[in-house]
Amino acid sequence: MNLRELARPYVAAFASRFLQMLQYRTAALAGFATQCWWGGIKVMVLAAFYGGASMAGAPMSLAQAVTYTWLAQGLLALLPWLGDPEVGQAVRTGAVAYDRLRPVDAYALWFARSAGWIAARVLPRAALMAAFAAIALPLAGLGDWAWLPPASVAAAVAFLASAALALLLSASMVMLLNIAAAAALNERGINALAGPVVVVFSGNLLPLVLLPDAWQTALLLQPFAGVVDIPARLYFGLMSGTQALVGLGLQCFWIVALVALGHLAMERTMRKLEVQGG
Amino acid sequence: MPHILVDHLRKTYRISERDPGVMGALRGLVSRRHRTVAALSGVSFSLERGELLGFIGPNGAGKSTTIKILAGILRPDGGRVEVDGRDPFADRERHVARIGVVFGQRTQLWWDLPVGDGFDLLRDIYRVDPARYRRTRDELVALLHLERVLDQPVRQLSLGQRMRAEIAAALLHEPDILFLDEPTIGLDAPSKLAVRDFVRRANQERGTTVLLTTHDMHDIEALARRVIVIGHGRVLADSPVEALRAQVMAERRLVVDFAQDAELPAQVAGARVHSRDGQRLVLDFDPAVTAAPALIARIAAAHAVEDIRLEGLAIEAVIARFYAMHGAAEA
Repeated sequence: MNLRELARPYVAAFASRFLQMLQYRTAALAGFATQCWWGGIKVMVLAAFYGGASMAGAPMSLAQAVTYTWLAQGLLALLPWLGDPEVGQAVRTGAVAYDRLRPVDAYALWFARSAGWIAARVLPRAALMAAFAAIALPLAGLGDWAWLPPASVAAAVAFLASAALALLLSASMVMLLNIAAAAALNERGINALAGPVVVVFSGNLLPLVLLPDAWQTALLLQPFAGVVDIPARLYFGLMSGTQALVGLGLQCFWIVALVALGHLAMERTMRKLEVQGG
Repeated sequence: MPHILVDHLRKTYRISERDPGVMGALRGLVSRRHRTVAALSGVSFSLERGELLGFIGPNGAGKSTTIKILAGILRPDGGRVEVDGRDPFADRERHVARIGVVFGQRTQLWWDLPVGDGFDLLRDIYRVDPARYRRTRDELVALLHLERVLDQPVRQLSLGQRMRAEIAAALLHEPDILFLDEPTIGLDAPSKLAVRDFVRRANQERGTTVLLTTHDMHDIEALARRVIVIGHGRVLADSPVEALRAQVMAERRLVVDFAQDAELPAQVAGARVHSRDGQRLVLDFDPAVTAAPALIARIAAAHAVEDIRLEGLAIEAVIARFYAMHGAAEA
């Protein structure tokens, strides 16, 4: 079997879920509105923070912190704080039995669908956010609070590569939530636990460099940094050259590690899974 | 070698329990109680290529569990399963490429996708050759009358339309074996007939091996030549449909309406009085012991009779009696 034929089920699963999710325009617009609102509040908090303290040695300028905020808001749907609702529903209704009937790797099939689900939510929201914060705000004379372009062409390329890795990393984390939902036969508990951890450690709440100095190494090495913070550092050129490669390498490491863990966990769960009733 | 071989199959489930009420819930926080329930305790049978087997039994008897094990979804706790020489669970990916499964109570199509898009996705998931897929799909769509629903999202289909779409979805990759778990549940009469007709054709024309579970005995009468009755996780009977019927239906019913002023007999030789209501007497008898014509002649000669009606027991009643006979009725 050639590579294309091998990948065919997974590509189709990704595409189908992606196209299906793109239809939900109202959800995208509502999400965008909420993210603008929260983005505005965060920008104001940051402004007060930078205005009040002596920020001479700050690792990030106010303009960068503002851009970081819009970027993080635009990529909000990338945060792995929810399992794929379709998997949750399949587990509750028992339709998960059918997923076991497909002649493909069960983990890879769910992974492809979850990645499609995430990508379809991120892309429209990120585009809307860029239009709002990078184009509309400067036009409205609020250039000081706008989303600035990347530091350089190299930074832009590194950012795009890193954002693509962030999608895979996020999908590998969503897969762990999916598997936990399948093991517990319900997705709500695990989703509630995941939220706060992800928001803080991904850098969505606050750029990780603004957290205490003593934690910096640990903060960079932990897996959630790869979802928002590493792509953002690459965007600003805060990581460049060898450092940029280290950043991308960290993301790759966590993707491989979490996929391996997920694969193992899935196999164990499926062994114990009892599709009951009917 | 048989197409499907099931040998002393065992499967137990662990069920958590708690006492009802607030105290029970609180106690459940501290210590959990579990009970193991044997779903299958030594089921054996085999099936030749191209056979159509009906699988019946009360709710909770182990029918669905058997199908799930044969489909590779559940891992058995003991015993041996072989389908076309494969171990369904260990060899899952290779196995499921050759089987089609329909669970009447669940859907395999994607709720928000139009039926046709769902079919296309299945084509890619099963890696079916596109030209071959088009041929199979067009054939299935024509046979199952799905032309008008291809563009509709699954959630908008009626149950009958959905079930026909489900059956088509299970056959797009042209499997050798079809497992149908209650495929006619909840369907109206025309949909049931359409499903039965289609299953019969798939079995006869394509030679697909079919294993069908149902609670509708008319499915069995219309389709299966062989039937397995399962209860309490064991095979209670494995025989041709006619044999099962003869075995359990060794009982006829005679309804006799006596004339207005006639006196009803207290006893009738060779028959058992089932009930009496006004001038009507209902008798049960075994046709192997008492010949129906002789019984009727005897009654007609001795009494003034207005009408006599001979009835076979409905197959549902027969099966209920069979379950009761084997102590298999649902606990």
